[in-house]
Amino acid sequence: MTAPNRERPATALVALGRARRQRRRRTALIVLTALALATFAASLMVGQISYPPDVVLDVILGREAPGASFTVGRLRLPRAVLAVLTGASFGIGGVTFQTMLRNPLASPDIIGISSGASAAAAFAIVILGLSGAAVSVVAIVAGLAVSLAIYLLSFRDGVAGTRLVLIGIGVAAMLDSVTAFVLDKAPQWRLQEAMRWLTGSLNGASWGDVAPVLAALVVFGPLLAGQARNLSLLQLGDDAASALGVRTERARVLLIVAAVGLIAFATSAAGPIAFVAFLSGPIAARVVGRHGSPLAPAALVGLTLVLAADLVGQFAFGTRYPVGVVTGALGAPYLVYLIIRANRTGGSL
Amino acid sequence: MIAAHTLKAKALCLGYRDLLVIDALELVIPPGRLTAIVGANACGKSTLLRAMSRLLAPRSGEVVLDGKQVHRIPTKELARTLGLLPQTPIAPDGITVADLVGRGRSPHRRPLSRWSRADDQAVAAALEATDTLDLADRAVDELSGGQRQRVWIAMALAQETDLLLLDEPTTFLDVAHQLEVLDLLAELNRDRGTTIIMVLHDLNLAARYADHLVAIAGGRVHSAGPAEAVLTPATIRAVFGVDSQVIVDPTSGRPLMLPIGRRRPSPAAA
Repeated sequence: MTAPNRERPATALVALGRARRQRRRRTALIVLTALALATFAASLMVGQISYPPDVVLDVILGREAPGASFTVGRLRLPRAVLAVLTGASFGIGGVTFQTMLRNPLASPDIIGISSGASAAAAFAIVILGLSGAAVSVVAIVAGLAVSLAIYLLSFRDGVAGTRLVLIGIGVAAMLDSVTAFVLDKAPQWRLQEAMRWLTGSLNGASWGDVAPVLAALVVFGPLLAGQARNLSLLQLGDDAASALGVRTERARVLLIVAAVGLIAFATSAAGPIAFVAFLSGPIAARVVGRHGSPLAPAALVGLTLVLAADLVGQFAFGTRYPVGVVTGALGAPYLVYLIIRANRTGGSL
Repeated sequence: MIAAHTLKAKALCLGYRDLLVIDALELVIPPGRLTAIVGANACGKSTLLRAMSRLLAPRSGEVVLDGKQVHRIPTKELARTLGLLPQTPIAPDGITVADLVGRGRSPHRRPLSRWSRADDQAVAAALEATDTLDLADRAVDELSGGQRQRVWIAMALAQETDLLLLDEPTTFLDVAHQLEVLDLLAELNRDRGTTIIMVLHDLNLAARYADHLVAIAGGRVHSAGPAEAVLTPATIRAVFGVDSQVIVDPTSGRPLMLPIGRRRPSPAAA
């Protein structure tokens, strides 16, 4: 053994620990991806008439398959793809806010951003009679306006997480009542839509709904990925992040615009699917660990949650429930648990 | 040997809203030395440190590093020369010590680049220097206050800057941990030639460890120089409004301040 080639034991130790955490992350990501693929396949195969994998594959590849071409190609495929895209968007948008504000309760669906986008989308469709891209634009403007409003309302010599969360919950309640009021003005036959804007639903999903959400992911996804390192530094507090070379104001604005963009586009297509943004990040952290960026794990968990919840909502009970009812039933206990834990440890929300 | 950097404040005015905290302050930091800034509560010590690391923009005047205004130097470039440990940094939930210290590497990494061998080496060296190598894989939230403070210093070390600014690095630590942290900084200054500038609360510790003592009062430098010249009853009276006696510390040979309170029980009464 020659001296120059020998590595210092400390460096080897550090490299080893990092490799171990990275291996755990990689394994967990592979498991999550497999789970996501399996759920996606199941949502194409399972239904009132179930089709075997080879028929589903035929449809995806564009071959004619009697019956399946319509059921799978026109109904199930756009629905499943929309579930994937909205789930990933909610997961990424949620974990960005939770990480940046260092608080699992600071998720866009708790602090009123999703409610704002949803109320605006409902208003644009029911009252203004808009549709398509115009609805998305109204939703994203409302999402950004709500973000700015809760930021300004909770600003007093800097933004404290607790104050922002409490104000956000109040704002969310207010905006949800706006949605309820708007829906009250809608004709009876649009009750289906009412459910969408209150809890989120994938009913009647079409390729037309998929396109804007996909576009938002293509634009904002890479933007957020590019800011992932800054996001992890902002977690240390503004002063420390700035001392480590982050232009904090610029990074924060980019992160907020991109996260709100994802949430708003997903919301204008499927409604504020309850608690997906709130749940994805913490579940992903449990499974993958805290090493590396939280964005990709949260996206995988988010899309699996939406796919699975939609399957359960459609087929597990006698009646069909919209996806948001199922995710809502999952998320509410976790919310209660977080508040109880904060109370026990005497910590803030 | 590392290059000697010059850090100066010229006619610096700092404040928050309508409050002026630092008023036309002039300061030169001696390169390669350990400087301690002392002063009464709310005298603007931390504000000054924030401005020197450009976290706070001056009202007027300037902070100059190697002849350039710090506010004109790109954030990332500055972060490779000048490091700052804020008073209350926040450790993310569940992060390991090695991962936290690794974040100190970010100013040296290009966007999207992979983690390199040099990064591992810098993290390992920082952990060794702060005696936290055996904690590398532990979660930061499980550590004691003293261990945690050493880990934060390790993060600042991994940044490998020639200047290191610390805002009250010994707050919340007991006397053993205070000495441990200050010994570590003194060692770093001696072995690597890192210029260290720290805000300290404890006058006697400041006098013992600093080569250069800066006393702030009324928004300006009241006096600056070696501890013997600065830590005098007259300065302490002017800066803190306290009467005191200054004796020579029998162990370190540095000045030691003994405050004279208003209540003075005679030895017999005690």
